[in-house]
Amino acid sequence: MRESTLWMLNIIAGAVILVLLGVHMAIMHLDAILGFVGLAPSGTVEAQVVFARSRQALFMTTYIILLGAALYHGLYGLRKIVFELTLSKIVEKLVDWFLIIAGLALFVYGGYVAIAVFLS
Amino acid sequence: MSAENKMLKNRLGLLGWVSAGRYGLERYAYTLHRLTGLGILLYFILHIFVTGSRLGGTQSWADAMQRFENPYFKFGEFLLFLAFAFHALNGIRLIITELGIMIGKPERPLFPYVTSLHKQRPLFIIVMIVAAILMILGGADFYLI
Repeated sequence: MRESTLWMLNIIAGAVILVLLGVHMAIMHLDAILGFVGLAPSGTVEAQVVFARSRQALFMTTYIILLGAALYHGLYGLRKIVFELTLSKIVEKLVDWFLIIAGLALFVYGGYVAIAVFLS
Repeated sequence: MSAENKMLKNRLGLLGWVSAGRYGLERYAYTLHRLTGLGILLYFILHIFVTGSRLGGTQSWADAMQRFENPYFKFGEFLLFLAFAFHALNGIRLIITELGIMIGKPERPLFPYVTSLHKQRPLFIIVMIVAAILMILGGADFYLI
């Protein structure tokens, strides 16, 4: 795939993360502040709440989208940092394959967990 | 010879992130963007495995959460929140400037020189103020409320 296409995908993934992770961070870490405006989420990490949420199709879908976008954005960023060190072409190819395999493995594992808990 | 082969060797390596001459504010934002990105990536990979504990049922999840209930982890989470606030807001600036917005139109380099870097400076200041407000709110939520 062309570098410009990979870069554009990275920007799109960043925008997706901005929305989904923004909501996640607000719910998880600004819950007391949200409470002041009547939007307080309750029991964000309590087992019953987490499992009830995980069995909703919308949550499972957005979880998998966020997983894919965050893995792409994060591993592409790592690739850019490593490539900036002007490595040989062979090492660049090895890095590429390592990141692709690691990214796919993490995506398959995370996606499997989300679907398995959704169906449980 | 292809354009890629002509690329100059990066002699400074990672040291170039912090020092290679007169760096402006945006260059330090670039360094911090990368550092926070690496930190978030590391946490995110661990997070995938922690959320994987849901496979073991409610007790397994409760045990995992219990393990992370300590002041050190709470502080780590707070650092993560700070990193996220900076990375997200600076990322918005990068997307906006990448699309050619708020960097002005191309023009002849006439004295006094005003580069696109100068033109986007107000945007940089605004996003950093918003990031600082988010960090203060996060700090209050983590430790005061």
